[in-house]
Amino acid sequence: MEPIKQIRSRTAVLPYTNIDTDQIIPARFLTTTSRAGLGASLFADWRYDEQGTPKADFPLNQSATQGCRVLVAGRNIGCGSSREHAPWALLDYGFQAVISTEIADIFRNNSLKNGLLPVVVDEATATWLLANPGVEVTIDLESGTLGLPDGKKVPFPLEGFARYCLMNGVDELGFLLSRDAAISTYEKAHA
Amino acid sequence: MKTMFQKIWERHEVVPETADTPAVLYIDLHLIHEVTTPQAFTLLRERGLKVRRPDRTFATMDHSTPTRTEQVFGGVPFSIESAAKQVRQLEINCRDFGVELLHLQHDQRGIVHIVGPEQGLTQPGKTVVCGDSHTSTHGAFGALAFGIGTTEVGHVLATQCLLQRRPSTFAINVSGKLASGVSAKDMILAIIGEIGVSGGTGSVIEYRGSAVQALSMDERMTVCNMSIEAGARAGLIAPDDTTFAYLERTPRAPKGSDWTRALADWRTLPSDSGAKFDREITLDGHHIEPMITYGTHPGMVIPVSGTVPVKRNDPVFDKALAYMGLQPGQPIREQPINVVFIGSCTNGRLEDLRAAASVLRGHKVASGVRMLVVPGSQPVKRAAEAEGLDRIFTEAGAEWRESGCSMCIGMNGDNVGRGQYSVSTSNRNFEGRQGQGARTLLASPLTAAASAVRGRVTDARELLNG
Repeated sequence: MEPIKQIRSRTAVLPYTNIDTDQIIPARFLTTTSRAGLGASLFADWRYDEQGTPKADFPLNQSATQGCRVLVAGRNIGCGSSREHAPWALLDYGFQAVISTEIADIFRNNSLKNGLLPVVVDEATATWLLANPGVEVTIDLESGTLGLPDGKKVPFPLEGFARYCLMNGVDELGFLLSRDAAISTYEKAHA
Repeated sequence: MKTMFQKIWERHEVVPETADTPAVLYIDLHLIHEVTTPQAFTLLRERGLKVRRPDRTFATMDHSTPTRTEQVFGGVPFSIESAAKQVRQLEINCRDFGVELLHLQHDQRGIVHIVGPEQGLTQPGKTVVCGDSHTSTHGAFGALAFGIGTTEVGHVLATQCLLQRRPSTFAINVSGKLASGVSAKDMILAIIGEIGVSGGTGSVIEYRGSAVQALSMDERMTVCNMSIEAGARAGLIAPDDTTFAYLERTPRAPKGSDWTRALADWRTLPSDSGAKFDREITLDGHHIEPMITYGTHPGMVIPVSGTVPVKRNDPVFDKALAYMGLQPGQPIREQPINVVFIGSCTNGRLEDLRAAASVLRGHKVASGVRMLVVPGSQPVKRAAEAEGLDRIFTEAGAEWRESGCSMCIGMNGDNVGRGQYSVSTSNRNFEGRQGQGARTLLASPLTAAASAVRGRVTDARELLNG
């Protein structure tokens, strides 16, 4: 995983609450054995009509959101299925961070493990971001803040170890493998 | 004084958490299936790693497998080629890494969350994970069980451990007892309606109280199964004599003196009286009615006797109702339906099939309604057939299939058509969950079967008592 220190981008906004992972990537795209190329199917049923034509009213089909790397969504994004295909699809499409007032547990975990930054902000900040699509924001991992266009810096929670892994490109599997002796001791004691 | 969660957690700390690092948590049982594991095995191969404990890893295939007998046993090709490829990949991965697999034609195969308990692999006090959010089902046995993503599947395959921060605890008491004709599905839907789809986020729920204790194991699994639909990491129910009686009959539970030892240990697991939970609520079991969803997440739920809520200035609510083709204020009862699905890890066990059959007996599925009954596992299928339930279903005009996730997730070609209404015993009514444009109404097997008979949303008590 590449280290991430800061993300600076305009926002794309999906003003819906409870965006579940079935919307992020519908189940019919899960019969894959690879993690590549899922961006094409991101939000497939919201993005395309029955004939596969992009729906003009869907924000990700509008020119203003092209190149945006930060997605702002309503409360509780990522609920539902544990499919890691959801963060894979968001990353493959080009997103690097998701901002909401609440982010579902498994989706948040899966996102962190792939370098998609889950940013949980207060209600007022989220309401403002949802109402102002396309603003430029700066997400800074070192300070744990979301920088808004007016210069305000909004702190967001990020578990310390996850922050360390993201900023240093450390993969958690390596960390777990380094605990091999402790795992063996545990296994002997609980055999 | 400790909660059950705390006891199980502490037993599995290989390395306790610190301010800087999460706990290294040992995993006793890792259940795997074809959809969320291929990329994890790829990672193992890339890094030259083995499965650390094949003996603690157990595989089945369920999500993308066909349910038509001729496709499972008759050599007729899968409807979806990529699904067939995924199933073949699981066979290769299990063979290469030495993992026991219930292959497509295995007589014990079924949905991962039905197979684990049925085999007796799921036991009180264990940590159980699976790359599937409904892993919470196993909490019905007093096991700490939660869904993980594919990266974490790789972690468990390679190290038998996960890095975890300790979740909070949430006690949900259901007092009194459920009324006749009200089921465990109604109980969990009522709970989700009460706390909302993110009400459990960050927490492990322990379901308690007399109405919970009175449930059978099949019913407890239905309740714990949908913990994730309230956003919770896991759901737990204290193991008791009901749990032990179930386990004693399973093939892989401890036997002989091992059983006696295990039993003594399991009896120490329930939360100590006076143990403190981070949050606690109580619902009155007497007041729970048959429930049904009307919207596009499981928290959008009302009694079958109720009306679709009216909300002003709520575009997300309006969007959900537009998708569902329902009007604010309309009664949900008598809503015409097209499809009924009985099955899934929520309601695909023997008691669920019995409940549906009890309503269908002597009736026909209404003209124009398609009813699909998909047992949760091959053993459930055989047990149902031994009781003659399959004949009740087929004589009523329903389709009787081989086991799998089927129409709950629609990955195998078992889909609900665009715009069609489906009364489903599954767990998710998300947009498109059962097929593109499908409109799902989640309900109990009783409600689903009664709705199949009348072709409209129906309170089963009208048929059972009438």
